[in-house]
Amino acid sequence: MSLPIYATFGERVWYYTFRVICALIFIFLITPILVVIPLSFNAENFFTFTPEMLRLDPDGYSLKHYVDFFTNNEWQRSFKNSLIIAPIATIISVSLGTLAAVGLSQSHVPFRRAIMAILISPMIVPLIISATGMFFFYSKIGNFMENSMGLDKNLVGYIKVILAHAVLGIPFVIITVTATLVGFDRSLTRAAANMGANPLTTFFKVQMPLILPGVISGGLFAFITSFDEVVVVLFVGSASQKTLPWQMFTGLREQISPTILAVATILVGLSILLLTTVELLRRRSERLRGMSPG
Amino acid sequence: MSDVTDATTAKRGPTPDDALRIADSGDGGPVLAADGTPLKRSLSRALRVQKMRALALIAPLLVFVLISFIVPIGDMLFRSVENRMVGDTLPYTVEELSKWDGASDALPPEAVYRDLYFDLFLAAEMKRHTRLGSRLNYESSGMSSLFRQAGRKLDDPGDEAQEALEAIDERWGERETYFELFNAAEGAEIDNDLLKAQKKRIRYLSDTVPTGEMDFSPSAEVSALLPLAARVYTSFAVITGMVDNKVVAKTKPMESLYLALVQDVTRPGFADDLAAYNGPQKDALAALANSGLTAPDYTAIFEEVDRDWVNLDTWRVIQTHSGTFTSGYFLNAVDMQKTPEGPAVQPENKRVLIQLFIRTLIMSLTIMGACILLAYPVAWLLSNLPARKANVLMILVLLPFWTSLLVRTSAWKVMLQQQGVINDVLVWIGLVADNDRLVMINNQFGTITAMTHILLPFMILPMYSVMSTINPSYVRAAKSLGATNWTAFWRVYFPQSIPGIGAGSILVFILSIGYYITPEIVGGTKGVFISNRIAYHISSSLNWGLAAALGTILLAVVLLLYWCYDKIVGIDNVKLG
Repeated sequence: MSLPIYATFGERVWYYTFRVICALIFIFLITPILVVIPLSFNAENFFTFTPEMLRLDPDGYSLKHYVDFFTNNEWQRSFKNSLIIAPIATIISVSLGTLAAVGLSQSHVPFRRAIMAILISPMIVPLIISATGMFFFYSKIGNFMENSMGLDKNLVGYIKVILAHAVLGIPFVIITVTATLVGFDRSLTRAAANMGANPLTTFFKVQMPLILPGVISGGLFAFITSFDEVVVVLFVGSASQKTLPWQMFTGLREQISPTILAVATILVGLSILLLTTVELLRRRSERLRGMSPG
Repeated sequence: MSDVTDATTAKRGPTPDDALRIADSGDGGPVLAADGTPLKRSLSRALRVQKMRALALIAPLLVFVLISFIVPIGDMLFRSVENRMVGDTLPYTVEELSKWDGASDALPPEAVYRDLYFDLFLAAEMKRHTRLGSRLNYESSGMSSLFRQAGRKLDDPGDEAQEALEAIDERWGERETYFELFNAAEGAEIDNDLLKAQKKRIRYLSDTVPTGEMDFSPSAEVSALLPLAARVYTSFAVITGMVDNKVVAKTKPMESLYLALVQDVTRPGFADDLAAYNGPQKDALAALANSGLTAPDYTAIFEEVDRDWVNLDTWRVIQTHSGTFTSGYFLNAVDMQKTPEGPAVQPENKRVLIQLFIRTLIMSLTIMGACILLAYPVAWLLSNLPARKANVLMILVLLPFWTSLLVRTSAWKVMLQQQGVINDVLVWIGLVADNDRLVMINNQFGTITAMTHILLPFMILPMYSVMSTINPSYVRAAKSLGATNWTAFWRVYFPQSIPGIGAGSILVFILSIGYYITPEIVGGTKGVFISNRIAYHISSSLNWGLAAALGTILLAVVLLLYWCYDKIVGIDNVKLG
């Protein structure tokens, strides 16, 4: 794709123009994320670069927004809520989702298309509609759990949000795990059964290690879905279930504080970590697939 | 035989189903399995077991998704047509009102006003009349205050009736008199229908299942003699005993009881019925019957509360919206309204939603177009670069894709503000004067820019996966046959990349049409979508029926688009990362 030696002047001009256009688009893609990082070290409560920052004066930079994030009660509570809700929701969607994906990959599944459509639907339906439906229905369930089962109001709130987030994460688990299972060699399970392993042993000792990359990346998708979700929690949860994205959302809408930028930087770091993990898993799964016979 | 050979040579392993076909196609006598049963039967049993096992693995998740996702969506669909509030709050009024001809110029008969008095009194007692008022206020403004006012003023006629009763006989001033009158004594017949009906009403009005104990049951004999008063007292007893957890006999009855009692003792034929009556407080009732009380004038009572209660339009609105199901919310969602004469267009100043739907569509299309324009060169570059370079550049696409939505939205808020980074840079370069900074946020430009950025990876990735399968030798062949660069691209390369554009466009369009967070933060008032309206009706205006109707329409649009996506791209081709 490099420029051939016989290229005309016009082709040369177009070649470099095209490169510049692409570079501009890449800048458009990445700038908003990069801009946030230095601004989060701003010593002032501004959302823009101060003259001190532009001069690279150390006084223009500070960690005070990070300190605020780690000491402010509101932020800490919402961070803690996110750390409670996202892992539990992920565990639910990964365990149920993997089981179902294994079932769906069998050769004879009645109503396969219909079942698949239902399981994928939480990803298709716009979040605002899921949130509206859940708002109506979960408040009834919540009332029932509080009044008839006598559960604590706070606990019920967490249950509602966790269930809602678990459902939203399920399509991602199903898609990634079924995709991994497509490359899975069925004769391995038959070989295991042939050697006397029961289905449970076969699953955990033979199948699971091979599809694990798919399961983990599905889990990461489910985790990030819950960790980043704000619409449903806004409608279903109450103030005591305020999550990190919710806190950011209110912050952006009402009293905008630069602490948001510090949080954003931390989250960018988190997403880089996740991106690396998923990429490594993908490579590993491709390598495994290349090695497996058939 | 062809599919038998297929099955045995196919890459997937043999299954009982294939063996079944082999058994089917075999000629000669029945083939037997090792245990002597016909092979066909034992194979179909094996197939059934396999199907059941697969379903058993899927079942837990399927049930989970059905209960926690599909049922809530169904609940929303149901809510968009459900309209039980009027009928459940004013059950007797609605029944009586259905006999009235709304097209006539006469006010509803006295019986309607009578039932309205007692229905509304009970609703006000449970503080539910305001909810009904705001429900009807969506249809005709002014209803909310009309109901709120009535709830405050309905006590007065009851108090007057109480004074009149006490003046006739002192016993009517004591709580025990009423309890003894209406309560079924040991062995007396109980009016179970009445009790059940009132419990149901109170359960609806109190929104929860009443849990308290009640030491009262209506006597059938009295409820035949004093139907209205017995009904009012029973509902009072249910509230007192089961909701408030108090002793019925020792609680002061609600004011409407006195009016109901006056109503009952002045009804025609009461004197004859009383003569046949043999229960408690007979002489006290006789004193009332002979005192010359006159039946209350409910129309006058309501006229005094507010002139609008004797306005025909008020009643027409109530009658129009008293059905169990309504098309009203859907009509509202498309800027129409349900009137006694049928669907009609909303007045000019209330027509906002169709415009909002159109704006949502136009903005989604704009975002989709912007995404196509920006994604095409990038996808082309990525699929034509050597793998190593392409992977590095791919990170620049995937990093935004993986970054939290709120991070990206807050970044755009920071960039687009008047004191933000872009304006600062423009001022610094000198393109824009410092006192004349560009307004790029809280308008459509802000929403479109931020959402194009957020959705761009969803366009690049499908385009990239299609473009990397296009064989470069076609373009080379075209050029060697004399095509110019442009012709080779436009006639050979571009048509092959269309599936990628289609897949990406539908994906971006589906995602953008239901977006809420980003427009809410950077859209101001001009750059918001229909989803923001739904959220507004859920959390601020509390018009849940309209929110559900808007949601249903949006859902229908998205499902239709998704069906197209399935036809073009296929449901199984949804790939991530």
